[in-house]
Amino acid sequence: MKLLIIAGPPSGGKTAVIRQVIKNLPEGSLPAFLKIDVVHATEDQELAEEFDIPVKKIYSGDVCPDHMGILVLDDALHWAESISRNILIIESAGLCLRCTPYTTYSLGIAVVSAISGTNSPFKMAPLLALADVAVVTKTDLVSQAEKEVFRESIRKVVPNIDIVETNAIQGTGLRYLMRRIADQPDIGPEPIVLRGAPPLGVCTICIGKKEIGWKNHFGVIRPLDMPEPLYRGD
Amino acid sequence: MQQFTPQQFTLTIQSGKNRFGEQEGFESIEIRPGDTLSIVGPTGSGKSALINDIENLAQGDSVTGRRILINGEEPPESFVREPAFKPISLITQNTRCLADLSVEAFMLMHIRARRPGREDLLDETINLANTFTGEEISLKSRMSGLSGGQTRALMIADALVIGDTPILLLDEIENAGIFKDRVIQSLQGGNKAVILVTHDPYLALTASRRIVMKHGGVSSVIEPTGQEQHLIEDLAIVEDRLHQIREKIRMGAAFSSGSSKVLMTAAAQGLQFNRV
Repeated sequence: MKLLIIAGPPSGGKTAVIRQVIKNLPEGSLPAFLKIDVVHATEDQELAEEFDIPVKKIYSGDVCPDHMGILVLDDALHWAESISRNILIIESAGLCLRCTPYTTYSLGIAVVSAISGTNSPFKMAPLLALADVAVVTKTDLVSQAEKEVFRESIRKVVPNIDIVETNAIQGTGLRYLMRRIADQPDIGPEPIVLRGAPPLGVCTICIGKKEIGWKNHFGVIRPLDMPEPLYRGD
Repeated sequence: MQQFTPQQFTLTIQSGKNRFGEQEGFESIEIRPGDTLSIVGPTGSGKSALINDIENLAQGDSVTGRRILINGEEPPESFVREPAFKPISLITQNTRCLADLSVEAFMLMHIRARRPGREDLLDETINLANTFTGEEISLKSRMSGLSGGQTRALMIADALVIGDTPILLLDEIENAGIFKDRVIQSLQGGNKAVILVTHDPYLALTASRRIVMKHGGVSSVIEPTGQEQHLIEDLAIVEDRLHQIREKIRMGAAFSSGSSKVLMTAAAQGLQFNRV
């Protein structure tokens, strides 16, 4: 099983990138898709209809969506496994952008739009810093010079990150992302853990316990197939 | 940092397919330093897509399936992905810059991307831009506060001075109220290959080759045989006349009923000594 975790601010083009990824996956790929959002998302249905792939969606409601994603990721991997899929694509909602949903054994893809402002890479530093690839979308809407300045701005935050520039609607430039995905190894034998510690100290994830799966946490937790989160602890 | 002597540089466009899946009307187009090519066609016919294929050095992975070669080979990845190695500058139709930076900060960041260590190019870039535009751009201006014409002027100067690449792509430069003729003059120095998308008859005809677009693909490539020379000369007079009237209007002139004839004569005379 390969794991792709795609994060970035709302309306940055995550779903457009995912569409292109699914369309161009190497032969033999069997993708499953999990969308994590706060209160409203239709991407799961759109992708299910367009590509006829199994999808799941989870709303986080009052809870941080990345927190929710961490809790359900373990279950989601089992779900994808149980229906004989070999690549799980997770789209995170991306709220405060201080969290980084990327884990070990995943390909972490940060999607940011070229029109989000030169300083936006600094404002979402952790989201970019722990990603493997930064996909810059909507490059057709800016001048070449502005695109290159935006790139420079990302490089200031993360000097060595792989940057892929695209007009994701057309799919231009995504050959480099597809190569990374093709080269991405399957999940290995060690337990999957988060790459970074989310910044809020209100639950066991927030204080730096990096294991995935609700069984490993206290505070607000949620199994994938439970309709409501529940509180576990004293 | 610039790794090409322009003499050894050839860019080749290998044909792809149009929107209906039909092969384009050429096999390959070779472009060398000093060449000028115009790209013409109705809106939606694929003009911008063609220059985007060139800018991205497409390798059969865009909707058209075209391949772009440099010196006869697939270019190294750094030509596409690293601005410092990219042999192509593109001036898009975008006349807005969204970057929330001063002109100075923006240009310095672009110099860091394209020509590290050449901060001295900053003043040259601004000075050139200010020859293209009526209202001066200052280093302290905000990028997002520039007018469409000022942005375009700055981007062209940026491509010429900071980019300084063997290939320049321009998407409809005539539409921004800048001094077109001065831009063209600047483009022609420096032994660059210039490829421009245009709806302007004079620019289209004066190019050494003309690429005609239809239904998302190239339908033909016209190589002028000299028979259009007479038309070009006529257009030059019309252009000059238009230029003079335009500038007068921009400076606040009002016209009386006889001024048309006067301007026509002035334009014809002006041709000999004052083409700006």
